[in-house]
Amino acid sequence: MAKCAVIVFPGSNCDHDAYYAVKHEIGMDVNFVWHKETALNDVDAVIVPGGFSYGDYLRSGAIARFSPVMQEVVTFARKGGAVIGICNGFQILLEAGLLPGAMLPNEHLKFSCKMVHLKLAAATATPFTGLMEQGQTIQIPIAHGEGNYTASEETLQILKDNDQIVFQYCNPLGEISPEVNPNGSIYNIAGICNTQRNVLGMMPHPERACDPILGSDDGRIIFNSLKSVLEGV
Amino acid sequence: MFKARVYVTLKPSILDPKGKAAQGALHNLGYHKIKSVRIGKMIELDIEADTAAEAKVAAEMASRKLLANEVMEDFEVEITKELHHG
Repeated sequence: MAKCAVIVFPGSNCDHDAYYAVKHEIGMDVNFVWHKETALNDVDAVIVPGGFSYGDYLRSGAIARFSPVMQEVVTFARKGGAVIGICNGFQILLEAGLLPGAMLPNEHLKFSCKMVHLKLAAATATPFTGLMEQGQTIQIPIAHGEGNYTASEETLQILKDNDQIVFQYCNPLGEISPEVNPNGSIYNIAGICNTQRNVLGMMPHPERACDPILGSDDGRIIFNSLKSVLEGV
Repeated sequence: MFKARVYVTLKPSILDPKGKAAQGALHNLGYHKIKSVRIGKMIELDIEADTAAEAKVAAEMASRKLLANEVMEDFEVEITKELHHG
């Protein structure tokens, strides 16, 4: 059975949601890894969960990225291991340099907590989207105050050229427009991957949408894709 | 020992929603002559070093590594004074 690590920083608050979703909804093995650890110990994938690591001091994710375990996560990612950063986890991966760009406060300055629609923009698969089809939309929640993704024109062009823009905010019909952009993110970007495609960062929370009683189970396809890649089923 | 100040500011190309909100509030208060507000942060460091130049290098390294994110921020280091123990 494939095994995932959920990294826990002081201030992580979606670690248990991720653990529960992966273990009980999807059926993979999972363990928590405290940020002071210096080894990941034979895991097949890493989840960097949401929250407010180190109270968002200095910048979101800026201090967590220097936690001892992050060196291991970087090494794991460079070797091709599947890594997903969700919300604050995405911010940490940006600060760690595993993904390009940076995160600004939401344009409207409000914390946004609501359901959004996402469109799979990328044509090329990632370990987290292999069961999805390009253009497919899913409905999962966001909950963040700093999800306004920014990057230089040059970086944005590279992201486009390499098919690294994985998710964009859209309406229920999959149409992309400024009106459905919840935070001011350039190009309605909700999630991107690295050039090797094994590292995904996304602001919306698939782990909070794995059971219909939570309003949506559309997030399951992200973890089911991972399971399918890792277990070859 | 030297005291350094690191000024971290958003790059000019980056929108500053907090600055914009503050500017709006200033306009509401009647300060119409204030045409732009950009918010950054100032970080004070006490640095063990023999010379001001050495302290500056240390502060710049700290800024590059952690205090500023050069994807969206610029920084400037100023050595403000030499600290004496006694």
